[in-house]
Amino acid sequence: MAREIIHAGLANRSFIDRATTGFDEYAASVEAFTLAEGERLTGVPAAVIREAAHAYARADRAMICWTLGITEHHTAVDNVLSLINLSLLCGHVGRYGSGVNPLRGQNNVQGGGDMGAIPNKLTGFQDIESDAGARARFEAAWDCTIKPRYGWHLTQMFDAMERGELRTLYVIGENPAQSEANVHHARKLLDGLDFLVVQDILLTKTAALADVVLPSAASWCETEGTVTNSERRVQRVRKALDPPGEARDDLWILAELARRLGRDWGQPTAAQVWDEVRALSPMHRGMRYDRLDALGGIQWPCPDEEHPGSLRLHERLWADPVEGPLAPFSVVEHRPPYEALDASYPIRLTTGRRLESYNTGVQTNLYRSPLHRGESLDLSPEDAERLLVEEGEIVRVSSRRGAVEAPVRVDRSLRPGLAFMTLHFPDQVDSNVLTVDVTDPKSGTAEFKAAAIRVEKIAPAEGAAKATTTEPAWTSS
Amino acid sequence: MVEFEVDGEPVKVFEGQTILDGLRKKGIDTPTLCYGETLRPANVCRVCVVEIEGARVLAPSCSRKAEPGMKVRTDSERVRHSRRLVLEFLASSTDLSTAPEAEAYCAEYEAAPERYGPPAPPDPDRDRKRAGHHLEPDGLTAATVYAPVKVDNELYVRDYSKCILCYKCVDACGDQHQNTFAITVAGRGFDARISTEYVVELPESACVYCGNCIAVCPTGALMFKSEHDLRAAGEWDAEGQTVTTTVCPYCGVGCNLDLHVQDNRIVKVTSPADHDVTQGNLCIKGRFGFQHVQGP
Amino acid sequence: MDIKLIDAEATAAERAALDHLLGPPTSSWEGGIRVPERDTRTAATGHAQRSRRHELLPALWAIQERIGWISPGAINYVCERLTVPPADAYGVATFYAMLSTEPRPSRVVHVCEDLACRCHGSQELIAQIEERFGGEGELSDDGSATWYRSPCLGQCDRAPAVLVSDASETPRESVLAPVTASTALAVLAGGEPPALVFPPLPQEDEPSLRLLRRVGRVDPVSLDDYRAAGGYAALRRAIELGPDGVLREVKDAKLQGRGGAAFPTGVKWEAVARQPARPHYLICNADESEPGTFKDRAVIEGDPFALIEAMTIAAYATGCELGYVYLRGEYPDAHRILGAAIDAARERGLLGEDVMGEGFRFELVIFKGAGAYICGEETAIFNSIEGFRGEPRNKPPFPVVEGVFSKPTVINNVETLVNVLEILERGGPGFAAVGTEASTGTKLFCVSGHVVRPGVYEVEFGATLRELLELAGGLAAGSELQAVLLGGAAGGFLRPDELDLPLTMEDARAAKTTLGSGVVMALDTTVDLPRFLQRIAAFFRDESCGQCVPCRVGTVRQQEALARLVNGHGRGDEVELIREIGQCMRDASICGLGQTASSAIESAIDRLGVFK
Repeated sequence: MAREIIHAGLANRSFIDRATTGFDEYAASVEAFTLAEGERLTGVPAAVIREAAHAYARADRAMICWTLGITEHHTAVDNVLSLINLSLLCGHVGRYGSGVNPLRGQNNVQGGGDMGAIPNKLTGFQDIESDAGARARFEAAWDCTIKPRYGWHLTQMFDAMERGELRTLYVIGENPAQSEANVHHARKLLDGLDFLVVQDILLTKTAALADVVLPSAASWCETEGTVTNSERRVQRVRKALDPPGEARDDLWILAELARRLGRDWGQPTAAQVWDEVRALSPMHRGMRYDRLDALGGIQWPCPDEEHPGSLRLHERLWADPVEGPLAPFSVVEHRPPYEALDASYPIRLTTGRRLESYNTGVQTNLYRSPLHRGESLDLSPEDAERLLVEEGEIVRVSSRRGAVEAPVRVDRSLRPGLAFMTLHFPDQVDSNVLTVDVTDPKSGTAEFKAAAIRVEKIAPAEGAAKATTTEPAWTSS
Repeated sequence: MVEFEVDGEPVKVFEGQTILDGLRKKGIDTPTLCYGETLRPANVCRVCVVEIEGARVLAPSCSRKAEPGMKVRTDSERVRHSRRLVLEFLASSTDLSTAPEAEAYCAEYEAAPERYGPPAPPDPDRDRKRAGHHLEPDGLTAATVYAPVKVDNELYVRDYSKCILCYKCVDACGDQHQNTFAITVAGRGFDARISTEYVVELPESACVYCGNCIAVCPTGALMFKSEHDLRAAGEWDAEGQTVTTTVCPYCGVGCNLDLHVQDNRIVKVTSPADHDVTQGNLCIKGRFGFQHVQGP
Repeated sequence: MDIKLIDAEATAAERAALDHLLGPPTSSWEGGIRVPERDTRTAATGHAQRSRRHELLPALWAIQERIGWISPGAINYVCERLTVPPADAYGVATFYAMLSTEPRPSRVVHVCEDLACRCHGSQELIAQIEERFGGEGELSDDGSATWYRSPCLGQCDRAPAVLVSDASETPRESVLAPVTASTALAVLAGGEPPALVFPPLPQEDEPSLRLLRRVGRVDPVSLDDYRAAGGYAALRRAIELGPDGVLREVKDAKLQGRGGAAFPTGVKWEAVARQPARPHYLICNADESEPGTFKDRAVIEGDPFALIEAMTIAAYATGCELGYVYLRGEYPDAHRILGAAIDAARERGLLGEDVMGEGFRFELVIFKGAGAYICGEETAIFNSIEGFRGEPRNKPPFPVVEGVFSKPTVINNVETLVNVLEILERGGPGFAAVGTEASTGTKLFCVSGHVVRPGVYEVEFGATLRELLELAGGLAAGSELQAVLLGGAAGGFLRPDELDLPLTMEDARAAKTTLGSGVVMALDTTVDLPRFLQRIAAFFRDESCGQCVPCRVGTVRQQEALARLVNGHGRGDEVELIREIGQCMRDASICGLGQTASSAIESAIDRLGVFK
């Protein structure tokens, strides 16, 4: 698309000249990607690529939104950079109705990062290595020493488990025993830990492996706090229900743990913790609880209590002259999926979600949705015909890492050679047995979207027997 | 700003605002049923009509744009008459027992629906009525829209005996909110009804159970099954419920949820219509996916 | 748009019917065979795919005409072809009385039970059919035919009438009028419908006719005959004058719309001509469905080129490149004749890319209605053409600003348009010299009921009702006039002592009545007036679109109150109730249907003293 936009004279030259750097190198890097080459690499007809390129470039306002189809690849960061390049090329950034927009998959995945639940940043995206001033502020507030060293992200933790360097794991609200790529391998590593603590609202498969399970209250309806959505909007969550049994607020559990480990934090309320966030994170500073209530949430940055929050980022690129650094184009090399198709594994499997379900189904398999239909291997009509399999027939699906059995569903929106499964029904079909655990070197995201598989018929008697044992969980509840 | 006159007093609204906006600004109580804050005015119920000086007919205040110098009356005999008759028409043909607003309007306008005769019983064939054909009435009963209640899934119930055909559910399902187009107005005239294609049950239809139709329904014709069942058991206790606003636990959109809680159980989920993120709309997960916090 | 279909497959015949209209599908996304290299790399979506909604009603008609009803499988295929959600298509299909979403035999006989036919024995006809064939909707012995009651078929000058729909590979619709019970029963038994004999125009020998001067005197489908009789001189003149000149003449002529609202045509045209938004559309409202109305049919059947020429002039003056004739579905002969005339005009360069070589483009298509009186309401026509339910829209915005496809639209009825030829031939002031100061020109009246010579009559505005009835031969000897229904079901009654009313817009208004659509139905004393009123009430109940509460419920409550009065179950408050209901419908309904749904009934109470 970029090459077409440049050659058709549709690039926003004035924006590029004024607000960006590195355009010439970038233009040179896409020169080889003619429409024909694009069609050869992607299968998308050249005319369609051209149509999309022209529509995007000519639009008054255009926005690129994406989900995990962009980021769950070993080229995750490169994919995102490519989209940013496109938006810079056309000046579709920093203005109303434009921009690049990752649609986050969890209600607080943005907030988690904002709060410092990533290995390289303190709360408010303050760098743990390079920002000595920030580190000093946190050390003063917390009365402790913070090592100027990046920690491990999830993938690196599993690598560390494999190397034997990580022996104890404390998991809060995640189900890696079912959600990780190449899940047999992940489960083996979790099993081999010296000590595993799981804190969750339900007894997940991961919790079943744990040495200690801490039952917690559901953060969205049994506790107070905040979450941050895809548009950086910090919003209040509130307690509507009393948690069941001995379940406790996450905050209470952490404070209690600290107390028993020798640090008495008292019994902080969510509001007190939030005020600490505001004190330490400049981009959250203006977000008083009462302002969050009154404004229906506030988008960061919100540096002071008069600030209305920031509807858009990167508006500075339109200032004349540009305020702050220019936006860099990034040269991205094309790299195909890690796992090549071959005669043994000729079909590409991609995984994803369905509307009514969520991740490993821990929450969503419990409500009686008429849309629930359990796991299936979705195949194009052509593949189903070639494999002599029918709708509903149980087949064996194998990758280089393992095999599962699943019923076939024929889906005409798939093209030949492409299959689809979800991750929602791991108790029925453990799709992640199949997925590739190669990761993007920068983000650590695994390549869930591109595994190589083989689909085989099962002998009729065997298939029928399996079918009765793979009822989805929700039918029995 | 546009200045116009309401019942002899001046009122100013922004260019493009409606008469109703002006009435609300003046604090003049105006009944509305088909009007939805988040939808384009369907202006079909006609209960919000007002008299505009010089106009041959009354105007729906919900959709008529204010014009400079317009002289509007909200309390004339003509206005009260039409509002009263409209309410009588609805109350004599529809079950308004779960529409407290409509019942209050009926009282305020002294609607006397009983004067049209005793209501006709439910018609099991209502969904199949042909346009342009009807059985000659004898006038001894008042025709109603009563029909058997539709319970075809575990999430919500459709009781079209309570439907005033405000079009809001169709608009919410269609291009104004959800773009799913699972339901339509079928048939014509008094036999017009909300329907799926060929009256198929919801699980066969395009319905995605976002429940955004329930959210806009003004009469309780569309209702959470949890609410429906509690009502049937005589256990629905609106007064004893708390409503707490929180954020959906699922994806990153950040939809606000109003959790209606009775006896420490969620019995209904709505979303504030005035909130920026989704203007009251949710998806199936946010609307119905709460079972995991309260067991079966 | 991702369309979810229900579990049903179209039959080969259903697919063929639709493919005949739309051409074969271009991909599996349109319901065709899946070709991997073509269909698996792109999906047919996007604006182009979603912009075919206006083909929905024609598509449903194609199925209805070929199969006799629209099955779930057929709807699926229609929806795949046009990218329309099945629920929406079902909502549209169930809106129209002539379409069926339930199985029906290939032959359906629609028997008119409306006002004029009641004056000519339709109830006896229906009683005979019920007795000798069976009830409405029952099947013939071989299952190939059935019958249904129908509202006015627009054949009031040859009442009683039936319309026979034969669904097949070569679908056919035939009007039988006047029809006897034995003919109707023979057709229900599978007999060939006899050919319709077009009766001569009652004013055949009247030399002063203007609008009707060619009707019955030239071969309606011969362009040469039309030209020989002065055709296309008006368009020549229009081109000489230029668009602004045409607008000036039409304004000078003080032409008022003949559809009932009497809006100045020149003002409407000028408003559209000045709209910067493009394209502009022209619609001819030929959905005349007012009981007792048949003048548009007579003009189209007798002089179709006049309408085509007039529309071409209107389009030229207002900058429209596409025109629709929204023709009611019950007019098979008018459809056939107009279709042939349009083809002939196109062949001779009088329609198309370069009209008469004068460098302007105008294309004209017939859009077939499907049995809905409400679609005579101008904004309901827009929705109907766009493929939505034919429900009126709220006004403002007015059609001249946002009409069909939300573009500026000229919409006039047939009679209004053909007047334009007279205006251009005589000049605006010359046209205005006829008639009265306020009501210029001549007027077509549909005279029916108990007159000796029912038919379409053209008289100058200002002629009295008595003169018109006399033109039609008066009542048969021995009959006594009870009342005249003026303006149709949406009009009002006049007493025998009110026949000196001059027939002008202003006199009618002053007398608190209306010329409406030009219906003049004379009722003799044999007519059971309360039951006649019941039929009017039933008509409005059936034809209410159901959108707004006052009309949807009000028409039913009005009918129920009447029923109590007629059946002797009155509670004493019925007359007052009817007035109250009428007031609410008049004041608070969205469109003219509801606003006039009680007019005739209230006028019978007020003027005729019925139910006293």
